[in-house]
Amino acid sequence: MSTPDEVTLNLSSSMLRHGSELPLHARETVFSLDDVSVFYGDYEAIRNVTLPIGKNEITAFIGPSGCGKSTLLRSFNRMNDLIPGARVQGTVSYHGTDIYGPDVDPIEVRRRVGMVFQKPNVFPKSIYENVAYGPKVNGIKGNYDDLVEECLTRAALWNEVKDDLKKSAYALSGGQQQRLVIARCIAVRPDVILMDEPCASLDPIATAKIEDLMGELAKDYTIVIVTHNMQQAARVSDRTAFFTAELDDNGVRHGRLVEFGPTRELFSSPSDKRTEDYISGRFG
Amino acid sequence: MSTRQSIEDQTQSFSPQSLSGKGTPLRDRIFMWALFLALAVGVFTLAVLLIYVTVKGWPRLDLRLITNMPSVRDPENAGAQSALTGSIWVITFTALIALPMGIMAALYLEEFARPNSKFQRFIEVNIQNLAAVPSIVYGILGLAVFARALALGQSVITASMTLALLVLPVIIISTREALRAVPRSIRDGSLALGATEWQTAYRQTLPAAIPGIATGTILALSRAIGEAAPLLLLGAVSFITFNPDGVLSNYTTMPIQIFNWTKESREEFQILAAATIVLLLVILLAMNFIAIWIRNRTQKRW
Repeated sequence: MSTPDEVTLNLSSSMLRHGSELPLHARETVFSLDDVSVFYGDYEAIRNVTLPIGKNEITAFIGPSGCGKSTLLRSFNRMNDLIPGARVQGTVSYHGTDIYGPDVDPIEVRRRVGMVFQKPNVFPKSIYENVAYGPKVNGIKGNYDDLVEECLTRAALWNEVKDDLKKSAYALSGGQQQRLVIARCIAVRPDVILMDEPCASLDPIATAKIEDLMGELAKDYTIVIVTHNMQQAARVSDRTAFFTAELDDNGVRHGRLVEFGPTRELFSSPSDKRTEDYISGRFG
Repeated sequence: MSTRQSIEDQTQSFSPQSLSGKGTPLRDRIFMWALFLALAVGVFTLAVLLIYVTVKGWPRLDLRLITNMPSVRDPENAGAQSALTGSIWVITFTALIALPMGIMAALYLEEFARPNSKFQRFIEVNIQNLAAVPSIVYGILGLAVFARALALGQSVITASMTLALLVLPVIIISTREALRAVPRSIRDGSLALGATEWQTAYRQTLPAAIPGIATGTILALSRAIGEAAPLLLLGAVSFITFNPDGVLSNYTTMPIQIFNWTKESREEFQILAAATIVLLLVILLAMNFIAIWIRNRTQKRW
């Protein structure tokens, strides 16, 4: 773990994605969470989160393991629905619509809110088929060649794979696989991309590539990323939400949102003692 | 071991020059031999059986075995063609019936049924039980339902439906295992792209599980092809000198033919039976080999 001095040093430098141009509040919000809690059966994984996600911004969720940040992320595209006993309280509104409302089809939500996972989960199919899969299942017919090329190009993978499109995706390296997953994700033209520790299983070079790519993608997409790597959060994100796990009055452990704000401010002058302790490496 | 040797003495005795030790202790070696002996008994018995039938059937292990029909009068030239084609007919329809049913049932249980519901547990226990039911019981069921109630008589389809029921639990169990081996992350990846659960099951999980399903299915069918007991009850005993020409045709199968010939007192029929056993074994081994080949070729990719 880095010493507090190193952290401050790194973060006060120009490594931050946006200098001081970032407005205090996002111009337009894509997601707006109001008092959201997520339960697994009786266990409350995360409690009472209120948070906006700004359009074309990169929002990072950081915090120690078990603080519910991944759980919260999975409530943005209703992936928690697939876990028996999982339930969401409060309002998760997407462009003003409560995605847990009675008329909402989770399939529609997931088409608009894509997701990149911790482990690159490419399908056991060819590279081409991986990218074309999303459009296919969404009923888009026709020739996918142009789309595949476009998505692979945008995911900065085209030059490496253009001659091997028919090869199995398993032949790719971990970093390439993760970029393929990103290409696959943008092939369904989502609005938001959720990333759940996308670099957790990658080496530093592959990580750097993904981080560069995120900056590019943020021009067109809204990105929410969960990361354990604070340096990464500082490097790539516009805003950061810091979560922690704590015990309530009854001794029940649950995740809480501690602080949310522009990344630069959160890292340089955290307003909460817990945030300061975490980012300076004193716990977690 | 000498007593009370200090740890220091023991560790100091180590030097690059003295890497020799006492080797495996006697007790370990005895145990190893016991394990090996247990294996040897099985392999030896199998080898003796194989050698015995091969030697005994050798004079008749020629093309006549598959080109000629059985004959009571001329065992010298009789063959097992009707039994071979009968077995192929029966097993083909067994596969055509059991495979779609087994895969669909497994898909439902694994991908769509509410896990751990009472209904699900009830079904699960019963599938396990069905897999353990003796095959003769399936024969009685087939006789009562297919042969008599449905009036299908002593036909290929009666045998196929009965054997399909017999292998169905095994196919369901092995298909479920194959589906379960497909990682959750593949399903999540598909669902996160806006695929429905059905699309995910049909386009991702099932194709990814096919090698496992194929292996389990072939092994189940190779069990069915060697079955004689249920078919004896279904009335496949009759002496057949023609190949089946449809699902309602009469038939015989290799295990039945072997059973019939071994009942004959004349030595020629015994030799013929041995030769047919070798033929059946070759088919079984070939099927198992294919199953192993599929499994090895598609070893874990995730």
